[in-house]
Amino acid sequence: MDSLLFIQNNLLSALWEGWGKTLRLIFMSVPFGLIVGIFIATGRVYGNSPLMFICRMYVLFFKGTPLLLLLFMIYFGLPPLGISFTPFTASVLGFILCMGAYSSEYIRGAIQSVKTGQVIAAQALGMTRWQSVFSIVLPQAFCRALPGVGNEIIYLIKYTSLAHIIAYIEVTGAGKIVAARFFRFTETFVVVGIIYLIMVSVATKLLKILEKRLSFPGM
Amino acid sequence: MNNTPVLKVQDIHKSFGNVEVLRGVSFEVEKGETKVFIGPSGTGKSTLLKCINQLTIPDRGNVWLNGREIVHSHVKINLYRQQMGMVFQNFFLFDHLTAVRNVEISLIKVKRMNRKEAREKAMEELSRVGMADKANSYPAELSGGQAQRLSIARALAMDPEVMLFDEPTSSLDPELTGEVLDVMRKLARGGMTMVVVTHEMGFARWAANEIFFMDEGVILESGPPAEMFTRPRFERTRRFISRMTELYAEEQSDG
Repeated sequence: MDSLLFIQNNLLSALWEGWGKTLRLIFMSVPFGLIVGIFIATGRVYGNSPLMFICRMYVLFFKGTPLLLLLFMIYFGLPPLGISFTPFTASVLGFILCMGAYSSEYIRGAIQSVKTGQVIAAQALGMTRWQSVFSIVLPQAFCRALPGVGNEIIYLIKYTSLAHIIAYIEVTGAGKIVAARFFRFTETFVVVGIIYLIMVSVATKLLKILEKRLSFPGM
Repeated sequence: MNNTPVLKVQDIHKSFGNVEVLRGVSFEVEKGETKVFIGPSGTGKSTLLKCINQLTIPDRGNVWLNGREIVHSHVKINLYRQQMGMVFQNFFLFDHLTAVRNVEISLIKVKRMNRKEAREKAMEELSRVGMADKANSYPAELSGGQAQRLSIARALAMDPEVMLFDEPTSSLDPELTGEVLDVMRKLARGGMTMVVVTHEMGFARWAANEIFFMDEGVILESGPPAEMFTRPRFERTRRFISRMTELYAEEQSDG
């Protein structure tokens, strides 16, 4: 009874604002992360050799370092070099770079699975190389990459909980503060967990719908 | 201008590694003519077609389209390719697009038509190959014959000066080749300029103004069908044609 009163009177109002911030992080990071992923993947398959090299190094670097360390570097490591960001921008930047690296791997595999004959046919019709990549290869690759990329989106939703460590108080951070103030860790973290569960369930459902709508016969 | 051939190909050479696939091929196609290439597999016929629209860059030699040279002008190559329709053995349809979208995408992206015009033109081309009722089907839902007719419609939509056919019936079940050949015959009758690589001797005999027999990277001999089928100069040509004609006759009697 006591717990329920705490949740109703103290916790929910405190978490509400944090939840909004979590959603802001997600909605800023996912689309740009995907765009970065698409460009990196395309560069790795269709770019000239310097571009391929740059894209490979990008993936190696951002896949090879912990996300938390990346956030630390952006937020604490760059200001001495004269580049500083707000906690929000630093978090979003870190998430975009990370998501771009991981999703590019799925998209690259999908690009390579599109039959090369279609690019030849597109070029025979007078399309430029990039026209054929953007209107023929990428739409098919994206459909095929969606299950894997969807997983990355789910991961990202949960990774946003790291943002409070660099002072952007999203829902996990907000929960931590309330929990410490009232010394109510169990209730708080159960509720925070449920919030993530809701977000992930909704995202999973939306991704399923999107997958269904984008699929085509013979995929 | 009248005596400028639509397509003039001169002395094309192409090697892949140590293998010399084309060793100097030249020919011309006048407006409305159908020229047919026959010959054993691996003698460079498909490579020759790809060299014409520069999907494969020849090592040496020149190609003229309506009197304008196209080899070595990479900047404008997309403009030239628009004027040369190509049909592939394996169709190479765009898997994620319906039949009508397959036809209209190049109209929208390359010819910059608006969507309404492109849709009308695409439907027109689908009707021309008898595919209007399949406009909303995806490539995976089509039979081989339908898929190849769709790929012909896709190439025709660009209003090409010349159509290049690379063994258009070779990957089809025998009972499906007829519907594709019918479309090609209709095109030939309608005055389309065509270069066709095929093993279909019946079509060659019926449609060709001139038949080229290719062997080991060169045109061994050429002539009108009547001559090539009845009194070829080389034994190799005669043997090839009679073997192919037997196969073709078998298919016909099976059907």
